[in-house]
Amino acid sequence: MGKILLEMKNITKTFPGVKALDNVNFQVEEGEIHALVGENGAGKSTLMNVLSGIYPFGTYEGDIIYNGEVCQFQKISDSEKRGIVIIHQELALVPQMSIGENMFLGNERGKKYAIDWDVTYSEADKYLKMVGLSESSRVLIKDIGTGKQQLVEIAKALAKNAKLLILDEPTSSLNETDSRALLDLMLEFKKQGMTMIIITHKLNEVVYVADKITVVRDGSTVETMDCHTMEISEDRIIKGMVGREITDRFPKRHDVAIGDVNMEVKNWTVYHPVYAERKVVDNVNMTVRKGEVVGIYGLMGAGRTELAMSIFGRSYGADISGSLKLNGVETVLKNPHEAINAKLAYVTEDRKGNGLVLSNPIRVNTSLANMKGVSNKGVIDRDKEYQVAVEYKDKLRTKTPSVEQNVGNLSGGNQQKVLLAKWMFTDPDILILDEPTRGIDVGAKYEIYCIINDLVAAGKSVVMISSELPEVIGMSDRIYIMNEGQFVGEMKAEEATQENIMACILQSGRGR
Amino acid sequence: MNLKIQDIIKKYTMVLALIVVLIFFYITTQGKILFPMNINSLISQNAYVFVLAAGMLLCILTGGNIDLAVGSVICFVGGIGAVMMDKNINVWVAVIVMLVGGVLVGVWQGFWIAYVKVPPFIATLAGMYAFRGLANVVMQGYAVGVRNETFLNVFGGGANCYIPDFFNGGSFNITCMAAGALVVLIYVGLTLKKRITAKAKGYGVDPLYSVLIRLVVISAAVLWIFYKLAQHKGIPTGLIWIALVLLAYGYVTNKTTAGRNLYAVGGNEKATRLSGIDSRKVYFFAYINMGLMAGLAGILTIARASNAQPTFGQGYEMDAIAACFIGGASAYGGEGKITGVIIGALLMGVINQGMSIMGISPNYQSVVKGIVVLVAIIFDVLSNKKK
Repeated sequence: MGKILLEMKNITKTFPGVKALDNVNFQVEEGEIHALVGENGAGKSTLMNVLSGIYPFGTYEGDIIYNGEVCQFQKISDSEKRGIVIIHQELALVPQMSIGENMFLGNERGKKYAIDWDVTYSEADKYLKMVGLSESSRVLIKDIGTGKQQLVEIAKALAKNAKLLILDEPTSSLNETDSRALLDLMLEFKKQGMTMIIITHKLNEVVYVADKITVVRDGSTVETMDCHTMEISEDRIIKGMVGREITDRFPKRHDVAIGDVNMEVKNWTVYHPVYAERKVVDNVNMTVRKGEVVGIYGLMGAGRTELAMSIFGRSYGADISGSLKLNGVETVLKNPHEAINAKLAYVTEDRKGNGLVLSNPIRVNTSLANMKGVSNKGVIDRDKEYQVAVEYKDKLRTKTPSVEQNVGNLSGGNQQKVLLAKWMFTDPDILILDEPTRGIDVGAKYEIYCIINDLVAAGKSVVMISSELPEVIGMSDRIYIMNEGQFVGEMKAEEATQENIMACILQSGRGR
Repeated sequence: MNLKIQDIIKKYTMVLALIVVLIFFYITTQGKILFPMNINSLISQNAYVFVLAAGMLLCILTGGNIDLAVGSVICFVGGIGAVMMDKNINVWVAVIVMLVGGVLVGVWQGFWIAYVKVPPFIATLAGMYAFRGLANVVMQGYAVGVRNETFLNVFGGGANCYIPDFFNGGSFNITCMAAGALVVLIYVGLTLKKRITAKAKGYGVDPLYSVLIRLVVISAAVLWIFYKLAQHKGIPTGLIWIALVLLAYGYVTNKTTAGRNLYAVGGNEKATRLSGIDSRKVYFFAYINMGLMAGLAGILTIARASNAQPTFGQGYEMDAIAACFIGGASAYGGEGKITGVIIGALLMGVINQGMSIMGISPNYQSVVKGIVVLVAIIFDVLSNKKK
C-alpha cells in the first residue's frame, strides 16, 4: 500500500437545517486516481469544498490530514499553496482574455505593478504543451472550443504547482472524443506521479480511469472499492450509489402501437447565424411516427440541437431551407409561437439557460409556454394556474414542498421535471427532448424514462436527442445517427449496438 | 406557526425604514412633518415620482433596463401642452396631444431598443438630449404660463386642486373622510373574500392573526392619512391620479399575462422566447408604456407649477429609478412590485420634505438622497447574499 497523501477524518458539515456531511472518512493514496461518485446532492461537492477551504476551518467538524500534517485552511489560496487545486464544473475563464492571461489570473508573473508578458506567455506555452494543447497562449479563450478550454483549466491548475488535482465533472460539457482525450491525459499525469480526485456522473469514465472508487450517499461515504482487487462494473457502482440493485436501467414499454408518420422533415439545411458560409445542418431527412421514440445520437457539435431548434419555429440558424410536413401538411413555422400552436414542443438541453426562469416559482414556470391555458382575455386565473402546477407536480412526482417554490432551489432532476411539465402543458403531439437526462442522477433518470414511456403510450411522439449511447439504444424505437451536420445512419433499436453506431460515425468521417 | 422576527424584518424592511424616517423627522421638525398641510403637499409634490416609477418599474422588470429620457420627455410634452393652452386650444385636445406625444416618444425609443437592439441606456440617453432640445424649441427658451382653470383643477395645480366637499363640513372635509372609509371597506372586503375563497379551495393561506394585523395596520394608516387630509382642504386631485395609476399597474403586473411576460423576460429572456413569447414585443410594450407615463407626469408637472419651463423634469428620471430600487426592484430584472415602488417613492418624498422643513440646503439634500439609495441597494445585495 502506498503512502496516504490525504485523509479526511470524521468530517461533519451542517448547513442551517441540513446535515450535508455526516461523519465522512475519506482517504487518498499518493499517485492514484480516486473517483468520488454519488447521486446529486449526496455531498460530493460539499466534501471537496471543505477540502479546498471554500468552507473555512471552523465551519465544519473533523480533521483534514494532508501529507501527514493537520491542515486548517481558511481560504482557497491556503489549500492551493499546499498544492491542492480544484477545477470546478463550470469553467472559470474570462472569454475576452487570452489563454496566457487566464492561466496566471491572480497569479501574475513579474512584479505586481509590472506584469512580465514575455514570461507569462512562454510559461503558459510550456504548460499548454504539458496538457497536449497545440494552441498559442495568446489566443483568446472565446476563440477555442470547450474541450480546449477544459485543458486550459488543467494547465492553469498545473501552473499553481498542483500535487493533488480535484476535477469536478470535468467532462460534463465535452464530447466523447474530447472526454476520452482528457481521461487519457489524467492517466498520463498519474504516470508522472500526480494524485487526482475525479467527481463524475459518467460511470464508464470511472471504470476507465479510477484506481479507487468512493461512493457517497446522503452525506456519508458508504464504501470504497479498489479497482485492482475487485471486479468493478457500472451496475456494481450504481448499486452502491442508490443503495439497491437496479435491475433495469430502462423501463419497459408495453406494446405501444406505432402509427402514421406525423412529422416529416425533408432536405433540411441550416446555416450558422454568424458565419454565413458554415452549414450546421446539412440536408437532413427525418420522419417521426405517432407513438414512436426516435433517438438522435451524435457527438456534441454534430448539429443536433441546431436541427431541433431550427425545426422549432426557426429559433436557431439562418437561411433555413427544406420542407416540414406535419400530419402530411406542408407547414412553415416562423417562430416558437407558431411551433407551439402546431403542437410541437422543444425541451431544451440547457434548462437553466434556455428553459426555466430560475427566480420564479414552479407554478409560473409550468404555465409559461401556455399562459392562454390559465388565463382569460389576458387576465391570469391564479387558481387554475395553481391547480395545473399541482397536477403536473403530482403526475411527474416532482419533489418539492410546494409549487410556490422557486425553481432555482430545486435539484437538477426536479428542474428537468418542471421543464417537462411546462411543455406537456402545451399539449404537444411531438416532443423534441434535447439531452433530457443530462446532469441528473440515476434515480431521476429512470423517472424521466418512465415519463417518456407514458408520453408515447398517450399517442405522442418523442424525438430524443442524446449523447449517451446506452440511453439512446435503451429508449428508442428507431435511431438516427448524426455527424457533422448530416444524418449518417438510421437503424432500428434491435439492430443498434454501441459498436455499430460508433462505426457509423467513424466511417462517415473517413468518407470525406 | 412561529413567524420569525428576522423574516418579518426582512419582508418589511422598507416599511420599517419609512416608519423610522418618519419618527426621525417628527422629532427633528417638532411634529411639523405630520401637519395636514405638509402631508397634502407631500402627495401633490411627489405625484410625478409615483407615476414615473410605475412606468419605470415595467422597464426595470424586463432586465434592469432604465429610461433616462423621461425627464426631458416631461419637459417636451409639458411644453407642447402649455403652448397649446396658451393659444387657447381646447384643454382636452391639449391633454390628449400630450399623452399621445408621450406614447409616440415611447414608440420611437421602444423601436430602437426592442427591434434594433440598441442598449436602452444609450437609446434613452440620446432621447434625454434630443427631447430636452426639442422642449426648448417648442417653448423657444422661455417659460409658458398655464392658466386654464379646468386643467389646473383636474391635474392638481393652483389653489383649487382638491376634490370639493359635497357635505359642507366646513373646516373638516367630510367627503374626504368618507372616501377614506370607503377605501378601507373595499380593501378589507376584498382581502377577506380572497382569503375565504382560497381557504374553501384548500390553498395555503397566511395565518389569520398575521392577516388581521396587516389589515388593521394598513386600514389605520389609510384612515389616518385621510383624516389628516380632511383637515386641510381634502383630497388633492393628484392623489386620484396616483391611485388610478398604481391600481392599474398593480393589476397589470400581478394579474395579467402581459405583466407575467415582463417578469419572465427579465428572469430569463431566452427561455421566455423559446416558450413562444415574443420578447421584442415585451420590451416595446414596456417603453411605450413608459412614454405614456412620462406624458401623464408631464401633465401633472405643469399643472402643479402652473407653467412650463425649459428646465422642468431635470433629474426626475433618477427619482423614479431610485424609487424602484429602494422599493426592492432587482437591478437585473425579473423582480419588483408596485407596492415596493409606493414605499420607495414615499420614502424619498418624506426625506425630501423632512429636510426641506428642517431647512437643510438642497446641496446636502442630494447627498442624503444618494446615501439612502446606496444603503437600500447594499441592503438588498447583502440580504440576497445570505440566501
